[in-house]
Amino acid sequence: MANSDHIVLLDYSVSPFAMRVRLALAAKGIKYLIKEEDLTQSKSSLLLKANPVHKKIPVLIHNGKPVCESLIIVEYIDEVWKDRCLLLPADPYQRAKAKFWADFIDKMVYPSCYKVWAANGEVQEAGKKEFIDRIKMLEGELKSNPYFGGETLGFLDIAFLPLYNWFHTFETFGKFSIEAECPKLSSCTSLPHPHKVYDLLVDYKKKMGI
Amino acid sequence: MADEIILLDFWPSMFGMRVRLALAEKGLKYEYREEDLWNKSPLLLEMNPVHKKIPVLIHNGKPICESLIIVQYIDEVWCDKSPLLPSDPYQRAQARFWADYIDKKSALSFWKESLEKPYFGGEKIGFVDVALVTFSCWFYAYETFGNFSIEAECPKLIAWTKRCMERRACRLLWKIHTRSMALSWG
Repeated sequence: MANSDHIVLLDYSVSPFAMRVRLALAAKGIKYLIKEEDLTQSKSSLLLKANPVHKKIPVLIHNGKPVCESLIIVEYIDEVWKDRCLLLPADPYQRAKAKFWADFIDKMVYPSCYKVWAANGEVQEAGKKEFIDRIKMLEGELKSNPYFGGETLGFLDIAFLPLYNWFHTFETFGKFSIEAECPKLSSCTSLPHPHKVYDLLVDYKKKMGI
Repeated sequence: MADEIILLDFWPSMFGMRVRLALAEKGLKYEYREEDLWNKSPLLLEMNPVHKKIPVLIHNGKPICESLIIVQYIDEVWCDKSPLLPSDPYQRAQARFWADYIDKKSALSFWKESLEKPYFGGEKIGFVDVALVTFSCWFYAYETFGNFSIEAECPKLIAWTKRCMERRACRLLWKIHTRSMALSWG
């Protein structure tokens, strides 16, 4: 792509969805400008204009045109900057599998996460069991490879890795060890600031009365 | 070697219909297998052990699950005919966004969106049209249960549905659907 590309990411530093986009941009070596949103305050006019439908981050604004929804943004980045570090496999069946498991993370794993960090008592216990059962299914996809993408980081690794950054938070709120249950997933390289995620969630729960 | 394509499906499923429509648009022959969702087959449980749901496309023995992922797979494998997704990455992202919106929010709320061209795919049927048109099979049920007229609320979208029904693939699907409905309800 031309050096004149103007890329802005509407972001929130601890959002795992925004982190997916930052990982994809970093994997491709793309320079961009970050505009941080504070989701505990009112949303900026730029965010409301760029994503009028969902009013959520992340939003990638590429040469003035907004792209929304984290996995759609990652796929867009992969298609536009297809000359380097391909994230999705070339084979259509492998692509479909990567998308299936990324979709599984969003539909099945994240909803159970909320019960782990935000709920108490029986609801939290049920959430913990559900969360472990589901990430064990995902762990099965690693097989004997270092990454979901095989020998290198791929689309599914990018979809999953930000969630790993929240493991310390889930373990602390839920008082359990994810590593004991899923050692292969827990051996992923740690992303920066997992403790920062926990501190932010403690603060967020207080503000939102959860 | 000829492709073997099997579709595990349930006739009223709007999600299954998306796959049938995509296969029809591409002119693909396949074996349709009806599932009893109250007594799921061992094949379905083997092919989709995670969600245990239809539709599942089995292409030369390999299963693909989740309707929009299946439609994109069909579009990529049989890319020589009737493309469903646009070639431009930004337009592709827009189509994926709206298909995702249809799944996350209700299809009915999407119908209030304005439609400038004959189809959401532009001059030809595309990914978003495939994602949405199958919901039109349920209009009669919505109108009856909800006691309202969809045409009165969203005339442009009814006009779009009628345009889609002019396409052979959609007409065939509609004929099979209404015949199945009649057989089921007697």
